Amino acid sequence: MTMSAFFIIAVLLLGFLIVFQIAKASEYVAVLKGEKKTFEQNNRINGFLLLAFLILGLIGVYWCNALLKPKILGEAASDHGQKIDSMLYITLVITGIVFVLTQVLLFWFAFKYQYKENRKAFYFPHNNKLELIWTVIPAITLTILVGFGLYYWFKITGDAPKDAMTVEITGKQFAWIYRYPGKDNTFGKKYYKNINEAQSNQLGLLWDDPASHDDIVTTEALYLVKGQPVKLVINSRDVVHDVGLSHFRMKMDAVPGTPTTMWFTPLYTTEEMKQKTNNPNFEYEISCDQMCGKGHYSMKGIIKVVSQSDFILWRAKQKANYVQAFPEKDPATAAPAPAADSTKSTKPAADSAATAKK
Amino acid sequence: MSNEAILHGSEVSTHEAHHDGHGEHHHHETFISKYVFSMDHKMIAKQFLITGIIWAILGGLMSVLFRLQLGFPDTTFPWLENILGHWAKGGKIQPEFYYALVTMHGTVLVFFVLTAGLSGTFANFLIPLQIGARDMASPFMNMLSYWFFFISSVVMISSLFIQTGPASGGWTSYPPLSALGDASIGSKTGMDLWLIAMALFVVSSLLGGLNYISTILNMRTKGMSMTRLPLTVWALFFTAVLGVLSFPVLLSGFILLLFDRHAGTSFYLSDIFLASTQKALPNEGGSAILYQHLFWFLGHPEVYIILLPAMGMVSEVMSTNARKPIFGYMAMVGSIFAITILAFLVWAHHMFVTGLNPFLGSFFVLLTLLIAVPSAIKVFNWLTTLWRGNIRFTPAMLFAIGFVSLFISGGLTGIWLGNSSLDIHLHDTYFVIAHFHIVMGVASFFGMFCGVYHWFPKMYGRYLNNTMGYIHFWITIVGAYLIFWPMHYEGLAGMPRRYLDYSGWASFNQFGGLNHFISIVSIIVFAVQLLFVFNFFYSIFKGRRVKSENPWGSNTLEWTTPIHPGHGNWVGEIPEVHRWAYDYGKDGREFIPQTEPISANESEHH
Repeated sequence: MTMSAFFIIAVLLLGFLIVFQIAKASEYVAVLKGEKKTFEQNNRINGFLLLAFLILGLIGVYWCNALLKPKILGEAASDHGQKIDSMLYITLVITGIVFVLTQVLLFWFAFKYQYKENRKAFYFPHNNKLELIWTVIPAITLTILVGFGLYYWFKITGDAPKDAMTVEITGKQFAWIYRYPGKDNTFGKKYYKNINEAQSNQLGLLWDDPASHDDIVTTEALYLVKGQPVKLVINSRDVVHDVGLSHFRMKMDAVPGTPTTMWFTPLYTTEEMKQKTNNPNFEYEISCDQMCGKGHYSMKGIIKVVSQSDFILWRAKQKANYVQAFPEKDPATAAPAPAADSTKSTKPAADSAATAKK
Repeated sequence: MSNEAILHGSEVSTHEAHHDGHGEHHHHETFISKYVFSMDHKMIAKQFLITGIIWAILGGLMSVLFRLQLGFPDTTFPWLENILGHWAKGGKIQPEFYYALVTMHGTVLVFFVLTAGLSGTFANFLIPLQIGARDMASPFMNMLSYWFFFISSVVMISSLFIQTGPASGGWTSYPPLSALGDASIGSKTGMDLWLIAMALFVVSSLLGGLNYISTILNMRTKGMSMTRLPLTVWALFFTAVLGVLSFPVLLSGFILLLFDRHAGTSFYLSDIFLASTQKALPNEGGSAILYQHLFWFLGHPEVYIILLPAMGMVSEVMSTNARKPIFGYMAMVGSIFAITILAFLVWAHHMFVTGLNPFLGSFFVLLTLLIAVPSAIKVFNWLTTLWRGNIRFTPAMLFAIGFVSLFISGGLTGIWLGNSSLDIHLHDTYFVIAHFHIVMGVASFFGMFCGVYHWFPKMYGRYLNNTMGYIHFWITIVGAYLIFWPMHYEGLAGMPRRYLDYSGWASFNQFGGLNHFISIVSIIVFAVQLLFVFNFFYSIFKGRRVKSENPWGSNTLEWTTPIHPGHGNWVGEIPEVHRWAYDYGKDGREFIPQTEPISANESEHH
């Protein structure tokens, strides 16, 4: 490898030397041929190259699209994702037209109006009518884009439907923790100073609060139900993370101390996506999209979208976090006991519980 | 102040100017006072430029290193370990070092190259020369501005060599990651050095900016009304205004971060339990988002601090080489002004997915997309400037045309990202990387190259080699599009930024071949930039000599100075200005310098 590195450097240096010699020689040639003649020749070459760049560039844009479009993720897998995709196409059409038009004009003008000995530049310092036209047209176009954009924005960021399932997702360096409220449909209170990984309390749940006793905490996967809106309550335990759901086209930061939310409705189960994408290994992935430290690139979570019945089945198999922390309190092995004596923590945390329910 | 007072005032107060003003050179300048602690704006400009070039090489080299990792994630490069030691253990760039590289690449290019290197060079060089002043309002402050930048550079470079490495939390340095050494090794001493260097940088930027503003407002020569200023000066003026109003906010954000790091405060910290120490921190009630507001209050104007000087120079070079007035001068000034105002009102579009109130977000959508209007005006005006011109393709002109192409391409994707609903999907993906590298990174570099090729003859009395200039332009523009255009597709797939290896991801590992391709192109483009650097230094000493005072047939005042202007710029009186800077192709004449009085039978004049 070291040899090839030296080899590359040698080739580069040689290339430099050749380019330099040519460049230097061309300067002498210019003196011999006369500066005017050299200038005219250079101008013609560069004018032609600008036109060639335009044509090859536009072909390249088309070709690049043909090559790479199949590699982007296909159909959006959530209702909000579909809205975002429609917005994307509206924007693509409008900006695409402007792109082609202005690039063509730019390079065409440069080519067409290149220096000619007998050409006189047209003295055209301003024209109010033209300037008004190209102030008003972009303004109208952008109003349309803002209109569509905000229409979708408010739909997507509006309140979650009443029947939405609420799941809490918490980022930490470098993994995701999911919490389900359990049968009582209420999250128990938590306080970050109660976090104790050795005692199976990754989120700092307050065992004083009976609502916490049936909370399910898992790192295995985020199970969601096809067709049922889900509201994610997003937390972070340490630095800023971001719940990135590229198949659902959704994203929201996880900020320590400031819970955030987002909601959407998954449209296809993981199994269905395996068939749609012809990929037997397909998984919905959660990518951390906010720089969070050395393991950022590997901070992955899995979402399993399943049917309602499969979800109920899965949830029935989960052990409550309380039971994991206190195996002796497992109703499957022992009679349920009052929880009050089982915890040392006494600090009330009404506010963190309140935010968790938000 | 009247023009007379300024003229005489500057001749009296500037010792050297007085002497040069009469063409005398018996005032002794030592090596130190001429090349090191110089107070001549032209020398300070060159100092900024050369320091900027050195930084650009370093920053570019960092990107080559991390592109090696991205393009060849399964390959080991043992020679990297020889150079970098444990940061590239076994010939693989370690994650901590990868993040240090991307952080420093961003910081260096945004601040040290495209802010100090660009504004520092051209504001210093062009403002006095183009407005007709002997030097800056305060040459001493100007000198301090460079030397604060220099010290800042030394501190930043020193952070590369410390045991725990340089800052590695991204160029935005969001807390809590940047506040807690236990969360990331780069947030230990490296982060302190980063903050100190940036604080010194802000000082440098303010000293420079205040100087630029006061010079433009007070020291224009006789007849140089504000509406006769070349667009370069207008652009540099608004750039300085942006910097002066927004850099202090950044500094305040940094100071709070320093307090959180060392004084136990909780401005940005709350509810934190660190896995590395298994301990909960005592801090409660802080807001990590507050930092992001303070950061982006500079961070967004910063984009225009980088872009406006490029726009100004492109306008000037384009008009000169199309042999035609810039179209819609007042609209150009108006749109720079509009961009400056709006630049302060859009910062939260970087924060649509932080949990920001969606209703508040909607205002930022509206204001962000509004920026597209003045931007569109500028593009159409440039196009019309080319229309029916008689265009000379000097390397500077090619870079100006390339700038417009890149500004269109990158500007249009800004319309995607500024629309919050699309930003939900595209935020923090490669789409963003593609967008800002094209519109802010490469486009501004093109503006900078345009300026260097055009004004090099004024700086050094020699030309850059043309052939190398053409090679430089063509490989760079083709390469830039090859690198950044396909990245849009990676972004559309949701591929996140700041990952050093995508092989573990079913959603993103389909782009391995593309990443490979991009890395190879970026190495070639980097090599071609070295060719430019070589051309630059070679031509300073060996370039073709400039034989006439006005080699481009330009109207502006800098071309009325001697080929090698001394400190004070003009021998004898400062010329008086009688017209705007863009009388090209008027009344059948190829160009009419600003110094030429309006003749009786001239058509409309400005």
